[in-house]
Amino acid sequence: MQFGIFTVSDITQDPTTGRTPTEAERIQAVLAIARKAEEVGLDVFALGEHHNPPFFSSSPTTTLASVAAQTSTLQLSTATTLITTNDPVKIAEDYAMLQHLSGGRVDLMMGRGNTGPVYPWFGKDIRDGIELAVENYALLRRLWREDVVNWEGRFRTPLQGFTSTPRPLDGVPPFVWHGSIRSPQIAEQAAYYGDGFFHNHIFWPPEHTQRMVEFYRRRYEHYGHGSADQAIVGLGGQVFMRRNSQDAVAEFRPYFDNAPVYGHGPSLEEFTSQTPLTVGSPEQVIERTLGFRDYVGDYQRQLFLIDHAGLPLKTVLEQLDLLGEEVVPVLREEFAARRPAHVPEAPTHASLVAAVGGGSDPTVHAPADAVTGQAR
Amino acid sequence: MTTRTLAVVSGGLGTPSSTRLLADRLTAATVAALAERGEGATVEVVELREHARDLADHLVTGFANRPLRTAIDTVTGADGLIAVTPIFSASYSGLFKTFFDVLDNDALTGRPVLLGATAGTARHSLALEHAVRPLFSYLRAISVPTAVFAATEDWAGAGGVDRALAGRIDRAAGELAGLVSGRPASGRPVDPFADPTTSFEDLLRGSGT
Repeated sequence: MQFGIFTVSDITQDPTTGRTPTEAERIQAVLAIARKAEEVGLDVFALGEHHNPPFFSSSPTTTLASVAAQTSTLQLSTATTLITTNDPVKIAEDYAMLQHLSGGRVDLMMGRGNTGPVYPWFGKDIRDGIELAVENYALLRRLWREDVVNWEGRFRTPLQGFTSTPRPLDGVPPFVWHGSIRSPQIAEQAAYYGDGFFHNHIFWPPEHTQRMVEFYRRRYEHYGHGSADQAIVGLGGQVFMRRNSQDAVAEFRPYFDNAPVYGHGPSLEEFTSQTPLTVGSPEQVIERTLGFRDYVGDYQRQLFLIDHAGLPLKTVLEQLDLLGEEVVPVLREEFAARRPAHVPEAPTHASLVAAVGGGSDPTVHAPADAVTGQAR
Repeated sequence: MTTRTLAVVSGGLGTPSSTRLLADRLTAATVAALAERGEGATVEVVELREHARDLADHLVTGFANRPLRTAIDTVTGADGLIAVTPIFSASYSGLFKTFFDVLDNDALTGRPVLLGATAGTARHSLALEHAVRPLFSYLRAISVPTAVFAATEDWAGAGGVDRALAGRIDRAAGELAGLVSGRPASGRPVDPFADPTTSFEDLLRGSGT
């Protein structure tokens, strides 16, 4: 099982000091957080994509390439990549490039994005959200799998004899997850392709996550990719820890109360009981996290949100120490002990290459004669 | 005997509340009218006052907590709905509106609903027609022709209810009972997690090639 963190890249005022970091500070902080994640033994770092303040992450592959250069084992992912408003051609190019630069340490999580105004900034209409996700992803898959693509659709200009470069590393495209909080159509899309399904698991009650995951698993089996319990499931989660649980609650409360997404609503205690948020000791986080398995089954990836709502870098790094030293080692062991042998691990570049019987050089060399297409 | 489920949404804030009083009168009259048609009824009341904070939280977090989820399921799963609001500043109360704001747009499609409202004076009575009825039209519910308004003065008659108000209550209840008993047994809301009726291949065919 993979453990890691995901960040939405928000630049939020620290409510306890009134100070808001600069973009420059926050960008460097996220790089430090990613390096630390690898250092403490986590597996995955996933970065969101946003195109408006208070977020900085408009260009995730640039950031992830920098993380790749500063790490050696960390799996890089997204949370999420906007499959609706990004040109699938650019996604195909950017992430294949990142695959090469990182030595295959890349997967992606597709999402529709829930910020309405973003759509028109990229010439799209939010009412086409699902249709955009379906068409764009179908094209993206072809761009990674077919050297020469002829294509015509509703949402972008047609492609004639188009080759997306670079070709995926070893001829094997990155693994894809689909993230959705509430749209069964996206779970259906993940199931149809045999891709992974990720539930944010932060904003909604566990019962809802359970129904989404059950649906995805059932449809994964329906489409013949394996049994329902072999479907590839990832969960988010949100934790804040101190050795003493009262200290965790006292320290986190002002960040919770003022958090941009759910602040000024339910109390910390109510939100903790209604959603998977855990604020307490490492032992409490371990117990709660192991409990996720009770309602989603054996799953492959657990990502924690630990750096939002204005939490200072120093605090976030301390959270990573606790995760790496006390929480994740126990979770690894306990989840592994519970998982039946026929339930797979999350796919990685190495496992995907092995599954196709080894990598090949997929380079498409330019024809010598660009008019007739004759090769040299 | 067929047993129907009636959900009653009361937006009253006081205790006792004249809004709840009207809701109870409408409910009793509807149960009686269903009985005349040989049908039984189960009544489930949702007092919005008890969900005031749940609704505010929902606005902020985007999801219904468990008590609110139960209330929403009660309303969206009923055969018929009786919805009664106090009139505040010429329209439904904010609390009443918020409850219907957090339902899925299609949660009440085709559902028979009886509209009621209360206020201090009869000068507010058309709020039912210019504010409450359009809300349910938007939700594609089927509101009965008679909407019942009760002002303070309406409660002053014999038996605590003015005879004219009692007549309106009975007429509205008869209309609701007629719609409820005319429909097929309970239209539970569509399960979003049922197997899709449109295959993914069809979705794909609608897109690029």
